[in-house]
Amino acid sequence: MKQYIISVKVENKFGVLARVSGLFSARGYNIDSLTVSATESKDISVMTIVVKGNDRIIEQVKKQLNKLIDVIKVTDHTDLATVQRELALIKVNAQGNKRAEIYQLSEIFKADIANVAPKSMVLTVKGNPEKINNFIELLRPYGIKELMRTGRVSLLKE
Amino acid sequence: MNLSGSEIIVESLKKEKIECMFGYPGGVVIPIFHQLYKAPFKFILSRHEQGAIHAADGYARASGKVGVVIATSGPGATNLITGIATAHMDSVPLVVFTGQVSREMIGNDAFQEVDITGVTRPICKHNYLVQDIKDLAYIIKEAFYIASTGRPGPVLIDVPVDISNSTTQFNYPSKVKIKGYNPVLDGHPGQIQKAIRLIESSQKPIIYAGGGVVISNATKELRELVKKTNIPITTTLLALGAYPETNPLSLKMLGMHGTYYANYAMHHSDLVIAIGARFDDRVTGKIDTFIPNAKVVHIDIDPASVSKNVTVDIPIIGDCQRVLKEINKIIKPPKIDKWLKEVAKVKKDNSLHYEPKASAKDNQIKPQYVVEELYKQTKGEAIICTEVGQNQMWAAQFYQYNHPRTYISSGGFGTMGYGFPAAIGAQLAQPNKKVIDIAGDGSIQMNIQEMIVAVQHKLPIIIAILNNGFLGMVRQWQQLFYDKRYSHTDIESAPDFIKLAEAYGAVGILVKENKEVIPAIKKALKIKDRPIVIDFKVCREENVYPMVPSGKSLKETIMRELA
Repeated sequence: MKQYIISVKVENKFGVLARVSGLFSARGYNIDSLTVSATESKDISVMTIVVKGNDRIIEQVKKQLNKLIDVIKVTDHTDLATVQRELALIKVNAQGNKRAEIYQLSEIFKADIANVAPKSMVLTVKGNPEKINNFIELLRPYGIKELMRTGRVSLLKE
Repeated sequence: MNLSGSEIIVESLKKEKIECMFGYPGGVVIPIFHQLYKAPFKFILSRHEQGAIHAADGYARASGKVGVVIATSGPGATNLITGIATAHMDSVPLVVFTGQVSREMIGNDAFQEVDITGVTRPICKHNYLVQDIKDLAYIIKEAFYIASTGRPGPVLIDVPVDISNSTTQFNYPSKVKIKGYNPVLDGHPGQIQKAIRLIESSQKPIIYAGGGVVISNATKELRELVKKTNIPITTTLLALGAYPETNPLSLKMLGMHGTYYANYAMHHSDLVIAIGARFDDRVTGKIDTFIPNAKVVHIDIDPASVSKNVTVDIPIIGDCQRVLKEINKIIKPPKIDKWLKEVAKVKKDNSLHYEPKASAKDNQIKPQYVVEELYKQTKGEAIICTEVGQNQMWAAQFYQYNHPRTYISSGGFGTMGYGFPAAIGAQLAQPNKKVIDIAGDGSIQMNIQEMIVAVQHKLPIIIAILNNGFLGMVRQWQQLFYDKRYSHTDIESAPDFIKLAEAYGAVGILVKENKEVIPAIKKALKIKDRPIVIDFKVCREENVYPMVPSGKSLKETIMRELA
C-alpha cells in the first residue's frame, strides 16, 4: 500500500477534528499521523494527514473530506513538490563514553540535547521524515527508551 | 429588542415560513415549547420521537420542503437517530432541533445528557452545538440552507437549555456564506458536449434515473430527454414515478427485485446514462459483472457519488435539472431502432408476474393482487408509502407510478416502521391526495403508536397490511438460502389489528378472501375523517420475484418459484 499525504484546510471550529478523523475511522483506515496546525489566519487550521491506502480509496476519502461543511480545501501533497518537516523527541540510553558518541551523532544531525540524566539523554531532532528515520536507526543500537514523533507538516513549495 | 433563545428559534422558523413542525417535548426543551404554544405554524405531537422524525421526512419527500423536528435531550435525541440516518441515506432535507443540558453541565453525565452531535456526526449532513446565543439565528439560517441545497440531508442543532433561556438581539440573516460549502449547480459545458456526442453515437443506451431527479424537480426535463431521444428508461426505487411507468419506454425499476427487462437492458447496454443515482449495491448486484459493455455518463450533484462503485467515463457534476436542460437544448436522437425492438421484446416476454390463484376454488389472497387493486381503485393517483421488506417490493412492482413524490419509502437505510409515520407527514403535506401505507404485519408494529396522531388530526390514511404472519423478506431468504429454517420469523402471534384500529378510534376492515379485496378498498376510500386499517390476510409464503440474489450477477436471477 502506498503512503499518501493529504493537507486539509478547515474552519477553526469545535468538532472539526472529530469529523475529519471520523471519515477515516468509519472506513476502518488507520491514520499514520495527523497534525493540526494554526495558520496565517486565526479562523483557519490545517490538518496534515498521512495515511496508507490505494488510489481508489484515497480518491473517495478526499471527496468525502470535501463534502464536510467545515472543510475549506483538500490538497493531495503525495506527488507534489513540498517542504515536509517533523520533530522527534528521543530518550536514549547514554552512560559513560556512549554519551560522547551520541553527542557526535547529534552534531551531524543538528539535533539538540534537551536533557542529560545519569543513565540517559533526551534529544530533539527536526527535519524531513527520512532524516529523522536515519537518526533513529543510528541511535537504536544504544537503546531507545522512549520515542515520540509529532507527525509531519507539509507545505507546497509554490 | 432582545429575544430569548426560545423566541429566536420560533421567530427564525417563522422567517423560514415553515407550515408544520413535528416533535415531542421534554425537560430541557420546555422553554422552546413555551414559545411554540403560540407559534403560527402547525405542531404535530407524535407519540414517539422516531414517529416525529419519520413524519417530518415523509412531509419533506411529499412536498419538497424542509421537514422540521424537535425533541428533548438524552433519550429524546437518541430516539431520533434511526430517522436521521434514514433521511441521510435518502438525501432528505430535515432541520432537527434537540435540547441539551445547560452548558456548564455538559460532559458531567447530567440527567438526560447525551453527546448528540458526537453520536450523529456520521449520519447527518452537518450538525451544531450552540455555544453562544449570538450564533443561534445564524446557525438556524445556515442549517436550513445546508439541509435544502446541494445534495440535501438532515442537519441537527443541539440547543443547551441555558441558551434557550438567555437573551440577545435578534437579527435573522438574509443570506449565508460558507467558505467550505458551494455546491456546483451548472454542469461543465465541455463535459455536457462530450456526453451528448456519446449519447448520439450510442447504439444500446439506457437511462438509469435515481432519487436525485425527484429531489432536483427534474421530472419534466427527464421526460423531455426521453421524448427527444427515445432512449428506454429504468428508475431506482426512489425515483419511481419520475417517468410514467405506463409509457412503453419505461422499464420500471431495476436491481435486486427490479424487472428482468430493466436489468437485461442495463446488462446489454453500450451506454448507461445515470442521472441522480448512486449505483447502490441493491442496483448493481455483483459489481464485477455489472454493465460489462457499457460506457457511463453520470450526472450528479455529489462528486463523492461519482466513480465510487462504478468507474464513470463522463462525469457531469451539477444539478440534474440544470444539466438536463442544457442537454435537451442540443441533443439529437441516436439511431437505436434495433435496440428498442430487442428491449421491447424482452419486456413483453418477461413481464412482472405472479401466480394469481392455485385453482378456481382457491380463495387465498395474493399480496401482489392487493397492490394491483389499490392501483386500480385509486387510478394510480395515490401517494404510496411503504414499510420495508416484501411489502415495499410488491408496492414498487405492482403499482404503476406516473408522478414524482408518489412513492415514499426508506430506500438506502431500509427502515422498518418508516412507512406509517411517513404517511402521516405525506398526508399533512398533501391534504388533497389519497395516502396509503402499504405495510407488512411486522413493520406496522414498529411505529403503531402513531395511529393516534392520524386519528387526532383526522387523516384518512389507509394502512394496507399485507398480513402473512411472517417477517416475509427474511423468511424468503431463509427459504431460498438457509435451508428453509424459519428461525424467528414466524409472527403469527400477532395483535388483532381490527380491534387495535378500533381502540385508537380508527376503522378496521378484515379481509380474508379474495372476493373481499375490492369492496374493502372501495369502503376505505370513502372514509374521509379517520385512518383505516385493512388487514389483508394474504397467503403466507409468497415470494418476491424476480430476485437477483445478493452478490450474484444478473444471469443468476431467480424468476419464479422453483418446484
